[in-house]
Amino acid sequence: MKFEHYGIGIAKGMALTFKHLFRKPITTQYPEERLTVSRRTRGNELVWDKERCTGCATCAKSCPEGCIEIITSRGEENNYIVDKFEVDMGRCIFCGLCVEACPFEALFMGYAYERARYRRQELVMDKEALLLSGERQPSGYARPKIEAGLPRQTLLLDRDKVKK
Amino acid sequence: MAIKTEPFVINVGPQHPSTHGVFRMRLTLDGEVIVDVEPVLGYLHRGIEKLAEGRTYTQNIPFTDRLDYLASMSNNLAYVLAVEKLAGIPVPERAEYLRVIIAELQRIASHLVGVGAFLNDCGAFMTPLLYMFREREKILDLFEMVCGQRLTYNYMRIGGVSHDIPAEFLPALDRFVTTMPGFIDEYDQLLAENEILLARAKGVGILPEELAINISASGPVLRGSGVRWDIRKADPYSVYDRLEFDIPTGSVGDCYDRYWVRIQEMRQSVRIIRQAVEQLPPGEVRTEVPHLLHPPVGEAYGHIEAPKGELGFYLVSDNSIAPYRFHVRAPTLINLTALRDMMIGWKVADAVAIFGSIDICLAEVDR
Ligand code: SF4
Ligand code: SF4
Repeated sequence: MKFEHYGIGIAKGMALTFKHLFRKPITTQYPEERLTVSRRTRGNELVWDKERCTGCATCAKSCPEGCIEIITSRGEENNYIVDKFEVDMGRCIFCGLCVEACPFEALFMGYAYERARYRRQELVMDKEALLLSGERQPSGYARPKIEAGLPRQTLLLDRDKVKK
Repeated sequence: MAIKTEPFVINVGPQHPSTHGVFRMRLTLDGEVIVDVEPVLGYLHRGIEKLAEGRTYTQNIPFTDRLDYLASMSNNLAYVLAVEKLAGIPVPERAEYLRVIIAELQRIASHLVGVGAFLNDCGAFMTPLLYMFREREKILDLFEMVCGQRLTYNYMRIGGVSHDIPAEFLPALDRFVTTMPGFIDEYDQLLAENEILLARAKGVGILPEELAINISASGPVLRGSGVRWDIRKADPYSVYDRLEFDIPTGSVGDCYDRYWVRIQEMRQSVRIIRQAVEQLPPGEVRTEVPHLLHPPVGEAYGHIEAPKGELGFYLVSDNSIAPYRFHVRAPTLINLTALRDMMIGWKVADAVAIFGSIDICLAEVDR
């Protein structure tokens, strides 16, 4: 193949790369700087509200992975008592279908994102481990009331200058 | 005196950076020229089609995310269209528009990766890919905002979408749509005239028009060969018949044409999103469907123009809660059948570029 002005195309490309040298970096120095995740984030272990859960097991039935295990017994007032509520987070695909399905708003996706574990057994979470706590906050996925109270997500788009 | 030579067989992959996943090609070489190619598939086979037969219609939506993970939203869309056809479920107008906006954003995101990886294979190591990932990141931010995830979205639902968009979505989308054409120009400036790219992509790996039709290729691979075929126009689904856009086509069907078609499609997608946002009506985003759907006995095929080609889901229902048969028409698997014809006669270095220009996703090929 023949080119009449060999090198001009490359020079143009290089000019652009050179221009990038003076742009602000778009990366984040992670452990020091942290981004805010979406209000509807769906990346973390489930959070369970013991008081509201009736033991209906709708969540377990709607899970495609079958990783929620619920065992109930009959209580005095003909209600369910949840004896076992165990979620194997190692098998969970974070689809959020269980949270959407729960008719009593007793199950939430988690909001924080640093939940790595050293052992697989630690990912099987029982009743106590699933409860809400200081670092286990619910996300606003399928829960509009919680969503309204969470901080705004950081967007990379905000760093662009908009030229009309 | 002629020296007696023997053909030489090399394996490219399954663990090779330019096979975009776990794909293996057995190349038979004569010197540096390829005389035969045998693709070896199946390293990423997870049996999704079989798994889907044991799950309800709704539970299968997150599974479709795991087919072409670079275009999960499109997979969701194709699948729910098939189920809606099967069960005759109407979709609210607002949901239709949201689906179009999201699907077009997904097309841009997928093409950015496709083009970036192709340029990477051509020797423009990492720079263009990272520029394109920067823009893709913005799309992922938008997706995270609407559905909470950045890769496996699980956003579309049978009869609509899972949530309405949050209030800050449209302003952010507007920013994206205004800035994106500038970035596409930037990619053009970076590489469209680059002599090295031209030398490596122009005239290389030609897929003739007739062959492209015969192997039923689709998407940019087909349009690169000059065939004006796009499901969005040929069999409009959702609200595409109300939107104006062009179908870019190439002329000779070489690697450069496929690259060019993808760049032009991104511009068209931006145009579609602009119109869809203007026409976006208020209202409901989801029709109420029973928790356990029992579609009537029958079959349905839902297909869309996914970023990589025609993606179709074929479902057979026996009136139970799970599909009796779940088949995926994966565009990349069918496009891949052109590989042998495109590669024979080219050099080893071109093999990588030709393979990259098909833009495949192994999770979808092997399923
Ligand atoms: S998020 Fe999905 S996979 Fe995980 S427990 Fe809920 S339904 Fe099951
Ligand atoms: S669906 Fe909700 S209320 Fe029912 S068992 Fe699950 S968490 Fe409890």
